[in-house]
Amino acid sequence: MSARPIPPVSALTEPYWDAARRGELTVQRCERCGQRPFPPRAHCPGCGASSLSWTPVSGRGTVHSYTVAYRAPHPIFALQLPLVVAIVELEEGLRMMTNIVGCDPEELEVGMAVDACFEPIDDTDMVLPVFTPIRGAD
Amino acid sequence: MSLRGVAAVVGVAERAPQRYTADETNLDLLSGVAIDAMADAGIDRTQVDGLLVHPIGGLPGFVPATVAEFLGLRSRFAEIVDLGGATGAGMVWRAAAAIGAGMCTTCLCLTGTRRRRRRASAAASDGERAVAMHPPRSMPPKRDRSAQAEFDAPYGMIGANVGYALLATRYAHEYDLSDAQRAKVAVDQRRNANANPAAIFHDQSLTIDDVLESEVICEPLRMLEIVMPAAGAAALVVTAADRVVDAAQRPAWLLGAGEAVTHSSLAQAPDLGDTGIGVAARAAFSAAGVGPKDVGLASLYDCYTIMVLLTLEEAGFCKPGEAGAFVESNDLTYAGDFPLNTHGGQLSFGQAGMAGGMSHVTEAVRQIQGRAGTRQVTDLELAYAHGNGGIIAEQVGLVLGSHR
Repeated sequence: MSARPIPPVSALTEPYWDAARRGELTVQRCERCGQRPFPPRAHCPGCGASSLSWTPVSGRGTVHSYTVAYRAPHPIFALQLPLVVAIVELEEGLRMMTNIVGCDPEELEVGMAVDACFEPIDDTDMVLPVFTPIRGAD
Repeated sequence: MSLRGVAAVVGVAERAPQRYTADETNLDLLSGVAIDAMADAGIDRTQVDGLLVHPIGGLPGFVPATVAEFLGLRSRFAEIVDLGGATGAGMVWRAAAAIGAGMCTTCLCLTGTRRRRRRASAAASDGERAVAMHPPRSMPPKRDRSAQAEFDAPYGMIGANVGYALLATRYAHEYDLSDAQRAKVAVDQRRNANANPAAIFHDQSLTIDDVLESEVICEPLRMLEIVMPAAGAAALVVTAADRVVDAAQRPAWLLGAGEAVTHSSLAQAPDLGDTGIGVAARAAFSAAGVGPKDVGLASLYDCYTIMVLLTLEEAGFCKPGEAGAFVESNDLTYAGDFPLNTHGGQLSFGQAGMAGGMSHVTEAVRQIQGRAGTRQVTDLELAYAHGNGGIIAEQVGLVLGSHR
């Protein structure tokens, strides 16, 4: 459990958060051109189609970049320092902002293989997708 | 229609950055600096028929109309520019475009913000108190339904430090870049600020060791390579080519402009190594018919040291991967072989909201006009000014020159 700013979920994004509660990472995929837009939206930025359906992704990816915050970006993170914020690129090609957990900051590397895991948000029924290194991936 | 030589900046005014301001409203602050800029240009308010402003805290809407009323302007062209740190540079070419299109003849560009003292934010050691003071539901604000509030903020991607640190980590992965090379940018810019009485750090020296010994905020970025928020304002008067002779100051001609706006969340930036920075810069140079080697001053947006390095490279001042070596081997001061951010940059001049980004334009104008005092770059004919908003989300490049 951890204290977090609470994501303002909309009707459109609800399937993403529902999947996270089940321990799944699900993103939209355009039925017309195959693009996987993120964050979720009503229209495909690749072809304009409104036929975006929810499809699970592997949850595996690599660290595209990271930083270790020693000062809280917002006071709510004050008890979670140092905080590792990262951009992860999924196998399926899309990128998302995230945290890397279960990893000594010293061991972080760009290109490191990571897998999605799921962390409940304090005092809510919400679960946040985060990532953790795949051990022995090298 | 090319914007080359359509209009020139003929008036400049600033309220020097300071940490906090008193009770003056944003509207009064902007009105004051606007009046100073018109006076600098020797232009009466009745001659000003264009107005560009940015969103202003405390004014929920009707911003240009309110500013026009308070300044007594009869605008024929009025607009909000919302490009973050690229707002000031973005205003200049919009003013020229409006002039070129016949929508106005003389346009005011206004930027700035007040800043009131707040209770100091809690340090990490005060974590529990901080969390108690800021219960989870206070952030993001309930009215913020943005994708960033939903998919970035829960991870701590709040504010700009984390984003620029991510850029710095990625760059250092692709290329060689040492902490000392980044620090060199801050140090040379401080030497420029030491020659600029208006700079917030005018009286303080800075060494590479000072930067390297300052606290790591977001790895790899340290406190002294992160811009300090300030209060202040900046205004420009842009006028049509045929009105330049009526102005009290020498013109700084707009010769080329470029813009690129690509993303809001850094995770969705098309490519962290090939961004809108280069798109905007190449468009500006191409429009002006000159290249990076032709300009005598680079006035580059510097919210963080890494931003300067990225811009040097993408704008073509050095080759990809060579920005670190470039700043290390060049003297970036006003008297050096590559004058960069001669006002001190925002890192040493101060970042007064959107006036921070505008400071790169006002400095280029003053240098071209020959009004930069002891930090004047000699024989300057061409300058490049770059604005950057968000986390490299919004880019504007301008080529300014002493001759049309």
